[in-house]
Amino acid sequence: MDFSEYKDIYVFAEQRDGKIQSVALELIGKARELSKVTGEKVVAILAGCNVASQAGTLIEYGADKVVVIDDKNLETYVTEQYTQAVYQAVTKFKPSILMYGATTIGRDLAPRIAARLGTGLTADCTKLDITEDTHELQMTRPAFGGNLMATIMCPNHRPQMSTVRPGVMPKSEPDKSRKGEVVEFKPTFDQSKFIVKLVKNVKEKKNTVDISEAKILVSGGRGVGCKEGFEKLQGLATVLGGEVSSSRAMVDAGVMPHDRQVGQTGKTVRPSVYFALGISGAIQHLAGMEESDCIIAVNKDKFAPIFSVADLGIVCDLNKVVPALTERLKKEIKK
Amino acid sequence: MKLLVCIKQVPDTTEIKIDPVTKTLVRDGVPAIMNPDDKGGLEFALQLKDKFGAEVTVITMGLPQADLILREAFAMGADKAILLTDRKLGGADTLATSKALAGAARMLDWDLVIAGRQAIDGDTAQVGPEMAEHLGIPQISYVADVQYDDKAKKFTVKKETEDGYQILEFQGKALLTCLASAVKPRYMSVGGIVEAYDKEVEIWGADRIDVPETELGLKGSPTKVFKSFTKELKQPGQIHEVDAEEAVELIVAKLKEKHII
Ligand SMILES: Cc1cc2nc3c(=O)[nH]c(=O)nc-3n(C[C@H](O)[C@H](O)[C@H](O)COP(=O)(O)OP(=O)(O)OC[C@H]3O[C@@H](n4cnc5c(N)ncnc54)[C@H](O)[C@@H]3O)c2cc1C
Repeated sequence: MDFSEYKDIYVFAEQRDGKIQSVALELIGKARELSKVTGEKVVAILAGCNVASQAGTLIEYGADKVVVIDDKNLETYVTEQYTQAVYQAVTKFKPSILMYGATTIGRDLAPRIAARLGTGLTADCTKLDITEDTHELQMTRPAFGGNLMATIMCPNHRPQMSTVRPGVMPKSEPDKSRKGEVVEFKPTFDQSKFIVKLVKNVKEKKNTVDISEAKILVSGGRGVGCKEGFEKLQGLATVLGGEVSSSRAMVDAGVMPHDRQVGQTGKTVRPSVYFALGISGAIQHLAGMEESDCIIAVNKDKFAPIFSVADLGIVCDLNKVVPALTERLKKEIKK
Repeated sequence: MKLLVCIKQVPDTTEIKIDPVTKTLVRDGVPAIMNPDDKGGLEFALQLKDKFGAEVTVITMGLPQADLILREAFAMGADKAILLTDRKLGGADTLATSKALAGAARMLDWDLVIAGRQAIDGDTAQVGPEMAEHLGIPQISYVADVQYDDKAKKFTVKKETEDGYQILEFQGKALLTCLASAVKPRYMSVGGIVEAYDKEVEIWGADRIDVPETELGLKGSPTKVFKSFTKELKQPGQIHEVDAEEAVELIVAKLKEKHII
């Protein structure tokens, strides 16, 4: 394999219903950072139907070039259609690095492409670095239920591919004046391989909020205990204009829905303020919130591991703190 | 109908701890279990068996002790079991694992391959899709329900997505990766447990599959573990043991400092 043919840092810019996903912009932000070391271009692959107009957004967020694959066959994500399109783009453009969001789409598409190319793939990365001398990608991910971190490399194959968890990499600020190149790519589809037919695509969770977008999260754990307890947390969140989230213990107990779960098997969040109320701070929970700007923990056990990441740790009964704090903030905010 | 179900033996990661002194994984005494998503996949296969009389073959690649989960699969209702085990397969990443499993699948007769979405020790969700690609068949991942129309010979599958679900259909061969959360696996039957130990688990070495040695195990793995480590936690702030009133003062001060209020 001649490595010199492979260059530039590529991002699969996932869109759903024509809407560019936040993780695509996060990856472009990360790719920009890596490109400072390698001096390479940041390229986004935008595949879909009637999506070409979105290329500008990707450039604003840091792409130097956008490869647009606009085709009727790509209207809704189906594995084979997208695999054919992206695979052909990859064999034509030969990226050195290709990153995908670790979403249901990214985690379905990336392994299929990896196997078709015969290259390596590292799943669900939380950290990406590049070696100064050889420009190799170092992909770090949790293993063994989050107890261990492993750094993986792909020394003898190109492209080096990884999926990256949404919410982990910070986006850069959009810059309307940025210029970039847009190229169209037309794959040739082999329709005989389109065996799986999409009958319907159902959106169920329209009214739910995405906790990873919230600036303030009031998060509760087993210490909150029950639905009534979470209603009090909602009261506090409302005063602050935030959202309520939860540890897995409360999701498993059926008190909170899974889309509000923070952590390794839930969402990764980095709000301005994260309240951890009655959460012990298991390593899998920390994995999803430790990058928050400010962590305020209330726990009655002073040895709770949550305090090891808290900016402000309060050893007290949350049932007393939450109502008092809510009342006080109501007054404070009226002022 | 013939079904091939891929299962893996994994350490129960809920039981794994880090030794606070040596900072290494404590694996002693951690039970080895059938991976939950795989067990969900096996349940879907057994439901198809209940309705349509399918023949269910389970296969695992692993160490000799993975025999245990194959016995468990027998006791749940599987008909045949294959243990693919060989030193040459050791150290395999997802690509090399999927090559080996696809190689084994090519030696067998099946209509549908069923696997779990991901294994709890690695959480990659890659082996199923990669295996499907090697076999040249379509995949559907994140499967939450499987229905079969006997007359039309058509499968209808529900796939979970972030914001809802998709209904997908296909005729012919495919590979599904299933979610544990979507189904409740049956218990082993008492009769099944007794019989499980009389049944034969076929032991296959790497020589039984038609895959070049260079594509198997550590040699066939494009990804390499460069290092592994336990996480460093950030520097904690102050901890205050106070009453609720003081707690409120401290929190309000912090929120002001951060310009939240
Ligand atoms: C593979 C794997 C993945 C996982 N993924 C996740 C994940 O994504 N997210 C996640 O959160 N967990 C995850 N977990 C589970 C995790 O290990 C913990 O079990 C879980 O986070 C514990 O939730 P908790 O802190 O709410 O409950 P507990 O650990 O039971 O803690 C409750 C805390 O509340 C405190 N408390 C009780 N009453 C009060 C009171 N009145 N006032 C103040 N404090 C009080 C207690 O002191 C205690 O510290 C995962 C586990 C595994 C093995």
